Amino acid sequence: MAGVQVSNVSRSFGAHKALDDVSIDFADGGFYALLGPSGSGKTTLLRQIAGFDFPDSGRIAIGGESVERVPVEKRRIGMVFQNYALFPNMSVADNVAFGLSVRGEAKAVIAAEVQRALDLVQLGKLGGRRPHQLSGGQRQRVALARAIVTKPRVLLLDEPLGALDKALRVDMQIELKRIQREIGITTIFVTHDQEEALTMSDRIGILRDGRLVQEGPPEEIYDSPKSEFAATFLGDANILRGDSTGNGIRLADGTTIAAGAGVSLAAGTKASCAVRPERIRIATDAGSTVQANGNVLRGQVSKRIFAGNNSTYFVERDGQTLKVIVQNTGIERLAEGQDVMLSWSPESTVLIAAS
Amino acid sequence: MAGQVAIGSRSGLRSALPLLLPAYLWLTVAIFLPLSAMVFFSFMTELPLSGKAWAFTLDNYTAFFSQGLYLTLLLASLRLGLEVTLWCIVIGYPAAYVLAKVLKGRSREAIFLLVILPFWSNGLVRIFSWAMVLREGGILDTALNAVLPFKINIDLMYSYPAVIIGLVHSYVPYMVLTCYLTLQAIDDSLIEAGRSLGASRLQMLKRVIIPLSMPGLVAGAALIFVPVVGSFMEPRILGGRTGTFYGTVIEDQFVAVFNWPLGAALSFILLAVVLAILALAAPVLRRAA
Repeated sequence: MAGVQVSNVSRSFGAHKALDDVSIDFADGGFYALLGPSGSGKTTLLRQIAGFDFPDSGRIAIGGESVERVPVEKRRIGMVFQNYALFPNMSVADNVAFGLSVRGEAKAVIAAEVQRALDLVQLGKLGGRRPHQLSGGQRQRVALARAIVTKPRVLLLDEPLGALDKALRVDMQIELKRIQREIGITTIFVTHDQEEALTMSDRIGILRDGRLVQEGPPEEIYDSPKSEFAATFLGDANILRGDSTGNGIRLADGTTIAAGAGVSLAAGTKASCAVRPERIRIATDAGSTVQANGNVLRGQVSKRIFAGNNSTYFVERDGQTLKVIVQNTGIERLAEGQDVMLSWSPESTVLIAAS
Repeated sequence: MAGQVAIGSRSGLRSALPLLLPAYLWLTVAIFLPLSAMVFFSFMTELPLSGKAWAFTLDNYTAFFSQGLYLTLLLASLRLGLEVTLWCIVIGYPAAYVLAKVLKGRSREAIFLLVILPFWSNGLVRIFSWAMVLREGGILDTALNAVLPFKINIDLMYSYPAVIIGLVHSYVPYMVLTCYLTLQAIDDSLIEAGRSLGASRLQMLKRVIIPLSMPGLVAGAALIFVPVVGSFMEPRILGGRTGTFYGTVIEDQFVAVFNWPLGAALSFILLAVVLAILALAAPVLRRAA
């Protein structure tokens, strides 16, 4: 087991900069998600760590040992592919045994290790099956067993749950997390699904256009995004733009929005404020109480989407649509076209410098 | 349920009939009828067209067993088929691998064209160009002597190697094409998965790539082996006196000796032997694939 250090790694394909000076420290035993839209470079970064491709510049170390020029077969990593990449000409047990048998391990050792790995992914009885006889979730488990049976230093997952349906995906998220904890392996996980990144990982790195935008624990990124992109890509956010007042902004119509204490910017510069939709309270104009020094905006409900346990209101204000999510506690329902007042605390507001 | 399915497939067959009919009519007229006539001839003493009296006989078939020459030639032809098939694998498979897995885009198209070019050239032209290359004082001989400081004599013409060279050249595209198709169907991520598990390139080839491309190898081998065993043009032109094979003997019966009944009988014996070989090989190959 080992941590992974990526330092100042760049990689270009022709004129396209797939990775631009990326540095991330993946802690030993951690579960790390690389999150980003397609083309953000997250898969390219994973392939550099795996050794399928080498960086143009920069350093990659696994367990303190420089590996940026070591080919994949010598890196002792385990990888799970999006399409599972099971060998169709072999049984499940032979698939799992592959890494041990190319290494020349004794047959008895291989059999015992394979059984242990299959038991770990709860497929102990299916060793004799062929991959095409398994369901998508089972294939995923076989791919995982095959990747960890060789006791790799790092486990790399390339959108491993992308091909599964929603219910199975949630099961596999829990399962994957359990197995990762059980063997304590450093895991790096590429996904474009922000929910997956939030629920599974200890740390998230958000990539965009080959650059690392922000990096940290899920709660930190969610609560204090450092850019509009991070705010909107990880979770939903309402972005209000205006001029900085130091620790807040002034909107075009003169309304001021106060932000939490964390960030302060030079007054007068362009800035924006991000507010999560679930942090905003929505009420009819009359009879609502406003918290002292809270932020208040008035608008009109343009649309309401009912989703069972919650409702999403779209509120028009000064040419902008704000999104508010309200738990359906059965107290009040606001009709479309109704004038409403939105309020939220400065602590729920993040000040972001204009990029 | 089962009845409905059966009705459904029957009406499907009825609507498919107009589509199938031309192909089957053509096959009946072009292959089945002449082949039946040949079966008929192979049991005759004389060709009825010659006007001589004729009778039914088994002599044409017993001739094969009574004269050791035919068996010897058949074995030589089978060996020729085996050798040419093996050379086609040795030459064609690596080329197919590079085409399917290494080259991309334009360069792949260009190399592909070079591989299938022999298909588009006339067979006789191909063989006679080899004759120009292989004979003493030919292109190969002259070129080598122009480069090498010492004098060597290259005269491959009218030899067994010349026959092999000509046949391999004619048939290697089949192997490249069938192997290319199965190799291309192998997902690149399988190769990456194998490498991530620590397998060397050789181990990947042995354990994953060759087993998965076995259907292409088998199809290519069958496409090459069968016609090569019966080949007569390449052995005759490039082999000269050494080029007497089972196929050339059959050709002689039809073209030179005009003993069609014997030629037909020899052909059907060849067909039976080839079918028997393929039937015997099928279970082994299926297991390997």
